Amino acid sequence: MAETVILCAADDVVEGEIKQAPLPDGSNVALYRVEDLIYATADMCTHGEASLSLEGILNGKIVECTFHFGTFDVTTGLPTGMPCEIPLKTYPVSIVDGNVQIEV
Amino acid sequence: MLGDEPHPPYERPQLSKDMLAAADKPVAYIKQASAWNDLDVKLETSAPVTDCDAGRRTVATADGRVFAFDRLLVATGTRPRRLAQLESCGLEVQYLRNVEDALRFRQSIQGKARIVIVGGGVIGLEAACAAAKHGCQVTVIESEQRLLARAFPAVVSDLVAAKHRSHDVTFRLGATVSGTTPNGLRLSDGTEIAADLVLVGIGVEPVATVAERLGLPAAGGIAVDSCGRTAAPEVFCAGDAALQWSRCHGRAIRVETWANAQNQAIAVAANMIGEPRDYNDPPWFWTDQYDLNIQVAGDMLDSDHILRGDVASGKFSVIAMRGSDIVGALSVNSAKEMAMLRRVIAAARRPARSDLESPAYDLRAALK
Repeated sequence: MAETVILCAADDVVEGEIKQAPLPDGSNVALYRVEDLIYATADMCTHGEASLSLEGILNGKIVECTFHFGTFDVTTGLPTGMPCEIPLKTYPVSIVDGNVQIEV
Repeated sequence: MLGDEPHPPYERPQLSKDMLAAADKPVAYIKQASAWNDLDVKLETSAPVTDCDAGRRTVATADGRVFAFDRLLVATGTRPRRLAQLESCGLEVQYLRNVEDALRFRQSIQGKARIVIVGGGVIGLEAACAAAKHGCQVTVIESEQRLLARAFPAVVSDLVAAKHRSHDVTFRLGATVSGTTPNGLRLSDGTEIAADLVLVGIGVEPVATVAERLGLPAAGGIAVDSCGRTAAPEVFCAGDAALQWSRCHGRAIRVETWANAQNQAIAVAANMIGEPRDYNDPPWFWTDQYDLNIQVAGDMLDSDHILRGDVASGKFSVIAMRGSDIVGALSVNSAKEMAMLRRVIAAARRPARSDLESPAYDLRAALK
């Protein structure tokens, strides 16, 4: 069953930057603001062992993992550049009382 | 897809990194055999190509099978340069190029052996790092006066050397192997080193059998244009064996990197199926040694160097300029900075030198 997790204030997710937030299971999600909507994906690149929030660069809706320069569309999780071929897990995001919450 | 190795395709960085770090680390394949099947790629392993006929457009494998082609991609890569005179002297001499080499070397470093590594380049130093971590007594012999002289500025060579020395690795710089002794090597400076094992990492040369059968000169690499076309009709080449123009270097070079193996192949494959695409990515590679992640884009030699950041902090980058062109960059434990620098170089941007010299300057401004 889906669980709702409150991650941070929506204002903490800034356009052009990537915000890391912890999940109850100990893993992290990466939060992005693209054209004023907030998106959430798994923080770990599906190719190498790299944190997208710590090591990634966001250009528009494309996050580039600086480990091997593979890319993903953060709005869908789909890989857009080699060597990434496996999609990032994405989470439905809602803003409640100014906070970002996701369903996990 | 015909290959002489018994394995499905794999990435080579793991051979000197992950696979040496842990004795039980399995080789990671790019795809499982069934996934190639799903892509309609017929994979023929242990199938070395021994003959080609440019006129009939066929290639033949060692077991006598003949394959016809409309277009052919030669991606035969390289093989290590050998020190043949050592191999007949009763010494254990190894190279590091394929899975079997990595498994053999990994086995050898489990026993706290005396390891001598010939060549202070990336392969030799990553092997030295793995052997030192396993408690081996490691000596690296390098003919230049400093490590990684082919690719690194002196400040980084010195940093890498100091890091290795702090892990008890010994260097013999400016020395070459002149012969063997009953239990090791004799060097050009007259000294002798005892060795249980010698690992030779002195560079590679293109595997040229296929190209030569097609009438293509290949000793220094197989010449290609920006689309990967060779001088033979319908024959393309990509990867380590391809001799391609490099804007950063100002000459044609072979690019022996993981990124080129991936990205040149993607571009050349597009050209082969009629989707014209130029490939001119600046060369880029990384090396991991102890807690150092060092990345290099473009060409660092014969250029002016701008230091960004503080060497003593362990995180910094060096930008290489010729005139007002940025021709190369190197980062130490600064992957994000390199991601920006790589884009600045690829886009041939020319930010002012005074900006680059300022640590406060945000490289993103150069890309706007």
